[in-house]
Amino acid sequence: MAQASLPIEPEPRPGSSARARPGWLGRLGVGTSVGDGAFRVTTALVAATVVLALIAIFAELARASSLSLEAFGLDFITSQNWDPVRDEFGALPFIYGTLVSSLIALLLAVPVGIGTAIFLSELAPEWIAKPLGFLVELLAAVPSVVYGLWGIFFLAPVLREHVQPFLASTLGILPIFQGPHLGFGMLAGGIILAIMILPTISSVSREVLRAVPGIYREGALALGATHWEAIRTAVLPHARSGLVGGVILGLGRALGETMAITMVIGNRPEIDLSWFAPSYTMASVIANEFTEATGDLYLAALAEIGLLLLVVSVALNVVARLLVWRVGRLPSGARV
Amino acid sequence: MTAIASSINAFRGVASSVPDATRPVETAAQSRLEVASKKIEVEKLHAFFGTAEVLKGIDLPIYSTKVTAIIGPSGCGKSTFVRCINRMHEVTRNARTTGRVLLDGRDIYARNVDAVTVRRRVGMVFQKPNPFPTMNIRDNVLAGLRLNGLSTRDGETIVEQSLSRVALWDEVKDNLGRSGASLSGGQQQRLCIARCLALEPEVILMDEPCSALDPIATARVEALINELRERYTIVIVTHNMQQAARVADFTAFFYMGELVEHDQTKVIFTRPGNQRTEDYITGRFG
Repeated sequence: MAQASLPIEPEPRPGSSARARPGWLGRLGVGTSVGDGAFRVTTALVAATVVLALIAIFAELARASSLSLEAFGLDFITSQNWDPVRDEFGALPFIYGTLVSSLIALLLAVPVGIGTAIFLSELAPEWIAKPLGFLVELLAAVPSVVYGLWGIFFLAPVLREHVQPFLASTLGILPIFQGPHLGFGMLAGGIILAIMILPTISSVSREVLRAVPGIYREGALALGATHWEAIRTAVLPHARSGLVGGVILGLGRALGETMAITMVIGNRPEIDLSWFAPSYTMASVIANEFTEATGDLYLAALAEIGLLLLVVSVALNVVARLLVWRVGRLPSGARV
Repeated sequence: MTAIASSINAFRGVASSVPDATRPVETAAQSRLEVASKKIEVEKLHAFFGTAEVLKGIDLPIYSTKVTAIIGPSGCGKSTFVRCINRMHEVTRNARTTGRVLLDGRDIYARNVDAVTVRRRVGMVFQKPNPFPTMNIRDNVLAGLRLNGLSTRDGETIVEQSLSRVALWDEVKDNLGRSGASLSGGQQQRLCIARCLALEPEVILMDEPCSALDPIATARVEALINELRERYTIVIVTHNMQQAARVADFTAFFYMGELVEHDQTKVIFTRPGNQRTEDYITGRFG
């Protein structure tokens, strides 16, 4: 009804793209009716706060860690020495602990998670798929600290009494399975992380597999493929980048996880090849030492660890989102 | 409106191309019927999705090295019917069948018959071209052989033969390493037929193979069907009655999950024995 108030745009010249692609002002609502415009501007501002929050966190961490950045430079990530008493800070043990515990988590959670997803999306009858899918996603709802308690009271003793002696006696040649059986340590941390990232990997993978058009699955079956062959030749290759994306999302969660792993990993800033030995992660050291950090340099060093963690997590998530997003919009003509 | 107009045209086109329905033609048709041997016999076939019965007892012979068209309005069970002939129906969740489908006299639903071997003998071409997008053209053609653990030592020969038979070889011979998905829709569909032929099936099921193609690509696929009839038994589901009239020796009309009429194509299109068939092909419904 209020169409009359619309500004009349001049007819674009032939070949001009002025009409086809409005400028960003136009897309924000400037130049359309007032109600629409206000709505768009408001939502745009709300959306912008998300971006601003991320930038603010990044800027604040960079500012807070400036002292440490200046004092240590690149040495910060290559030095193994973490000695608050002498004001010497090297983050390598934490970087190592974070990376290795996440790697263990991936080794365990990727096959289980993707296997679960294949079962849920391709093989299981509906009456199993629904409740089982729900249960797997329920794992994501368990509070981190509860996993930590379970790790302390159940996982660590079981590892100490049964799993670690078994691994040492069978695979003891490998340096990762040597040393005293403590229960608490890298292996316990990795297993806790694996359980925590399992729902992420399996639910993303399930969605990705479901997004694969049925015509490819049927095409393979009609050629005489068995169920498994159809999945392997037609479904998995099509879903590959999305599956990788799901795994990276899981990895992102493993890198940033704090509470549960702090409770079981042993918290000792040393690099030890053995997975039985205690270790320490970037997130854990921040959580454990921040309240007792005395001195500006100590605080700055912890802030710099936070900055490193943020950069790695954001980068991984961006990559993962891009990969998952590609599967959804993969045209049938695309090369993978 | 266009559908009605086109089906009337189909009716007229066929009617004018077929000689007068006189007695001698009838006898010729009868004798041809007797000469053709039955490749497949469908007996009392019922198909279900959950509790919904989509095929209600179909009895239908499919003659060797002939083209049989399945026509009928949407939802009449045509696609389900062909999917029962290579046991693709049961791939869908909650889908099941009863009755018998005899391939060369042996029931493909018998307890000791493996669906995988049935599908190897009864190939299928789908409505939407579905070359595997992660494979190149060569691997698409050889996919069936690899899946069945057959030797691909003569791979290059098989690829050339299969692609030549669908008249695609000259168009793609310099680009066999390109993705199958990079071809046009019509080329993709011919690639899918080549992929099916590479396995040397005995029967080829085509589920509306041209419905996603433009008229030129459609004409090429129809020409191809005309050549393939020499060696293969073909069952084609189609929405397009001119297409049935052009390519099929026999036509079966399905309605609401039942087989209404089955006869030689020219009989169906000129002197249908059932009022519903006549109503459908003259565009009075559907």
